[in-house]
Formats: sequence, C-alpha cells, structure tokens
Amino acid sequence: MNPLDATDRALVNALQDDLPLTHRPFAALAEHLGLTENALLDRVKALRQAGVLTRFGPFFDAAAMGGAFCLCAMSVPPEEFETVMTRVNAHPEVAHNYERTHRLNMWFVLATETPDEITDTADAIERETGLSVHRFPKLQEFFVGFRVAA
Amino acid sequence: MKLDSTDRAIIEALQTGLPLVPAPYAQVSEALGLDEADLTARLQAMKQSGVIRRIAAAPNHYRLGMTANGMTVWDVDDAALAKLGPRVGALDFVTHCYERPRALPDWPYNLFAMVHGASPGEVEAKQLRIADLLGDALRGSDILYSSRILKKTGLRLARKR
Repeated sequence: MNPLDATDRALVNALQDDLPLTHRPFAALAEHLGLTENALLDRVKALRQAGVLTRFGPFFDAAAMGGAFCLCAMSVPPEEFETVMTRVNAHPEVAHNYERTHRLNMWFVLATETPDEITDTADAIERETGLSVHRFPKLQEFFVGFRVAA
Repeated sequence: MKLDSTDRAIIEALQTGLPLVPAPYAQVSEALGLDEADLTARLQAMKQSGVIRRIAAAPNHYRLGMTANGMTVWDVDDAALAKLGPRVGALDFVTHCYERPRALPDWPYNLFAMVHGASPGEVEAKQLRIADLLGDALRGSDILYSSRILKKTGLRLARKR
C-alpha cells in the first residue's frame, strides 16, 4: 500500500472514536472528510487489507459478559523455557502468552468461565511445571481512551 | 448483564467485525432476522452495560510506526493510587492501565501501564512522564518488553451456552 495520505490519517484517527448506532453511521464522517460514504468505505477496506487497521467493529469486554480473567507470571529457568512453554500453552484456558525481559519471564492470561477455574488451571500449571504461578488479577481499571495517532 | 440467545447471535455475527457498507446495522439485522431498531437497541444496551466498549477501528500499532511496546510497572503508595491511577490511564500514550496485587517479595508493583512508542527510547521518555506524574507517591518502577509472542488465540467470546 502507498503511504497514508492526509485523508487516510484523518480517517484512522476518527475511526477510533465510537461509531454511532444510526442507520447510516458513516455519513457524517464522510461529509466531514469531503468523501462519499462509498469512497470512505473503500479507504477503510484498503486500510484493512494493508494491515493498518486489524479490525473494525464492536470491542467486546468478555469480562462484562461473565467469565473470569487473570494475568499470571512465572520465573522460568532458561534451560526449561521451551518445555514449560509447551505445558502452559497446552491449556486451552491460556488465551495468550508472552516472553518478557525480566526475572518473571513468562506472562500469560487465563480466561475461564468461573473464578474457580482460574485457581484450578494455575494450580495445575504449578503441579505440571514445579514452578510458582504468580497471579495478578485486575483489581481496578484506570482506562480512559485507547487511541494511536496516525 | 444477562445475555439472551439473540444477544449471543449478535455477538457471534459481529466478532469478526462490522460489514463495511453504508448501512451496516441494516445488513446485520437482516442476516439475523431482526429489525434494525431491535438490533441497535440491543447494541445500545450492551454498550451501557459495558459488554461493548465501543464500535471502532483497531489500529495496528506496528503499521503506524509504534514498534516498541513496554509494560511499565509501578510501586505506588496505596493511599495515592485512587487519585493518581486515573491520571496515568488518561495519558494519551497509555493504552491499558490497571491496579493489580503485589506479590511480595518478588514483585512490589501495584500499577501496570502499557506504553507504546516508535522506539525503546520513546517508551522510556514516556515512562519518565509517568514518573513525574506519580511524584512522591512513586517508590519504584520497571519496564518489561515483550521479546516473543508464545501464544495468541484471542478470547473465545461466546463459549457459554
């Protein structure tokens, strides 16, 4: 894809705001940018295809639908890292897992239907690996806006 | 919020995104056999209850030049956290900000803030801005860069039936 032009940048910035729940939700933005709705949507499709936007749609909060989540971390000796990773990732409750530069070098999120299953899964990983699983559940969210300037 | 089977059908239909057409809610409601007004009323209720945070674009930080992301972690005086946490969360370069329990003695940090930047230097400059904001309430901090994605399946949103 060509570099983003000024209209693409304005579009990427504006599309990070909440889209209205109206019959023609793109109409006002298209008019503001001097585009037809279809021209605007073609640009959004091109931005999706180029990977500048990974997705366009509702952001669901799975915790608000019921379900439990917990950030966990382990300090894994380097020589055991691949073995431990395989054991941790084998649990379907592990939604994502990152290696990070710290003594606590493996960070993963458990997503389950009930809080008890968080405990059960973390305990099972401890038994399987012989390593402690530190649990960092969210106590409070300080979140105002998610946006990145294009 | 209690979700019924229609809500779940809506969530499943929209998990991959909204159709990129001029009247997307009309198209989705037709596919689901709903009135458009019923669909938008249900989406509105999901927004009010927090099940939907917003309907918007998810930009790819890497493609916009934000190639460094650091998990900054902070040991903040508990008494000051309620006042300072929201100010950290409101910074435009902080994309997630949570209070989490400490795990003493290994882990003294109670505030997590994800920071994005074009380089590690930029992330560290932003870390200093957070440190300034925390002032006297700050007792220690660290920054963890992700060196490898080991698993990423995304969350399965509609598992409960």
